[in-house]
Amino acid sequence: MRAGLLTREVSSGLRRNVTMTVAMVLTTAVTLMSVGAGLLVLRTIDDISALYADRLEIQVALDAETSGADPDCSGLVCAPLRSSLEAAPGVGAVAFESQEQAYDRFRELFAGQSVADVARPQSLPATLRVTLTDQDGGAEAVRAVVEGQPGVRGVIDQRDVVGTLFDFLNGVRNVAFALAVVQALAAVLLISNTVQVSAFTRRTEVGVMRLVGATRWTTQLPFLVEAAIAGMVGGALAGAGLVAAKYAVVDDLIAAIGQAGVIPPVRLSDVLLVSVLLVPVGGLVAGITGYATLRAYVKV
Amino acid sequence: MIELRDVTKRYPASGRPALDRVSATVDSGEFVFLIGPSGSGKSTLLRLLLREDVPTSGTIRVDGLDVARLPRRKVPKLRQRIGCVFQDFRLLPKRSVAGNVAFALEVLGRKQSEIRVAVPELLEMVGLQGKAERMPHELSGGEQQRVAIARASVNRPPLLVADEPTGNLDPETGREIMRLLERINRGGTTVLMATHDDSIVDAMRRRVIELADGTVLRDEARAVYGAGR
Repeated sequence: MRAGLLTREVSSGLRRNVTMTVAMVLTTAVTLMSVGAGLLVLRTIDDISALYADRLEIQVALDAETSGADPDCSGLVCAPLRSSLEAAPGVGAVAFESQEQAYDRFRELFAGQSVADVARPQSLPATLRVTLTDQDGGAEAVRAVVEGQPGVRGVIDQRDVVGTLFDFLNGVRNVAFALAVVQALAAVLLISNTVQVSAFTRRTEVGVMRLVGATRWTTQLPFLVEAAIAGMVGGALAGAGLVAAKYAVVDDLIAAIGQAGVIPPVRLSDVLLVSVLLVPVGGLVAGITGYATLRAYVKV
Repeated sequence: MIELRDVTKRYPASGRPALDRVSATVDSGEFVFLIGPSGSGKSTLLRLLLREDVPTSGTIRVDGLDVARLPRRKVPKLRQRIGCVFQDFRLLPKRSVAGNVAFALEVLGRKQSEIRVAVPELLEMVGLQGKAERMPHELSGGEQQRVAIARASVNRPPLLVADEPTGNLDPETGREIMRLLERINRGGTTVLMATHDDSIVDAMRRRVIELADGTVLRDEARAVYGAGR
């Protein structure tokens, strides 16, 4: 099929159906924006996991008596505890932080704040800081080892703190994808309907094409290109929407939730990558839907 | 050119078949009228020839192609060998006379240079030279049918199928269209024309295949419309 004819057919088709086409573009755009947002949340979750994965520890806090008496974990309570922790499955390294070291770190952490002056070394526990090689099994093993052991005051799993954040982000992601699924259904139905209407308004042309023996491909291509263009425009709008949302809403929101570094910012490069990806996705989905519609409903 | 052997077409909704073991052969270069009352199976037969539909049983050959068993991707090949003209012309209202003919060539993927040569030739063949830039609504019915015939000839098809081509025309204009079809037939094109127009059939004295209730009632050379009744 010659390019000139295709261009003419497609542009007249899009103009003739302008309201349907706009509705289809907008629905596709909102759908793809949800998909894009979901992908970006996934990306952020990955970023956060990477940010914290090697930093997250399980802290086994020792009780006050052991903490005060044993500055280097050589005592009868701490040493066996440490070696059994090191032997536990899924455990990477075990480091000992004495009361003094904890106190120094505490002062460093809260430097300039009044709490730093009030604290005494005696009020801070010595800890065995356990890093894990197996994030899930390791934590279980640590708990099993220290359960009921003398000298242990408690276990602090830092991942519990970050877990709340993950739960929130997973929720956002699930909502985004769920919305995307519902909207995708609406978009696909609308695309299908637009193609049917488009085929109906051009039934005379299609009839002539069939009669003179134009190939199926020639007959169908204008409809598919029409749908694909509308889908790609929808994808481009969705991408623009994501970039706008980053600057208008998300950046401020992340800054407000925590100080810099708690949640890594959504990178512009990621947003652009997702946006660029949405264009062919929009085109492809619309094209495939159009093709399926022509096969199922329209004799072309 | 056309070979029908025991062609039966049954539509699911009706008990009596639309065509019942119809057999006929049309040689290359013949001019054949297909007559019969509404519901006799004329339209069904034309649809089967064009592979708009497939017969329930029997074989159809058109210009060497086994129509009923033709794979779908080869259907365009079949239709390129059959020119088609209808009672309602089926022109594109927003394209000029030349534009309508050119459109058919365009969708077949012909080059612009080829189209520029072919369109005036086709319009001259049907006697519409000088009206290339007119719009269909500015033309008389007879002229519109000539455009349709020019369009049906873009592939230089060996077979022209006409379904009531004079049905919307007054008698004099109808006779003009018949003269055009005759001329195309003299050029070697086989013409199969379905019609109700007894005066035309009687005047032409060509072969007549009459269908009734889906069967061939008669098949006579140089016949008239009302013979046998």
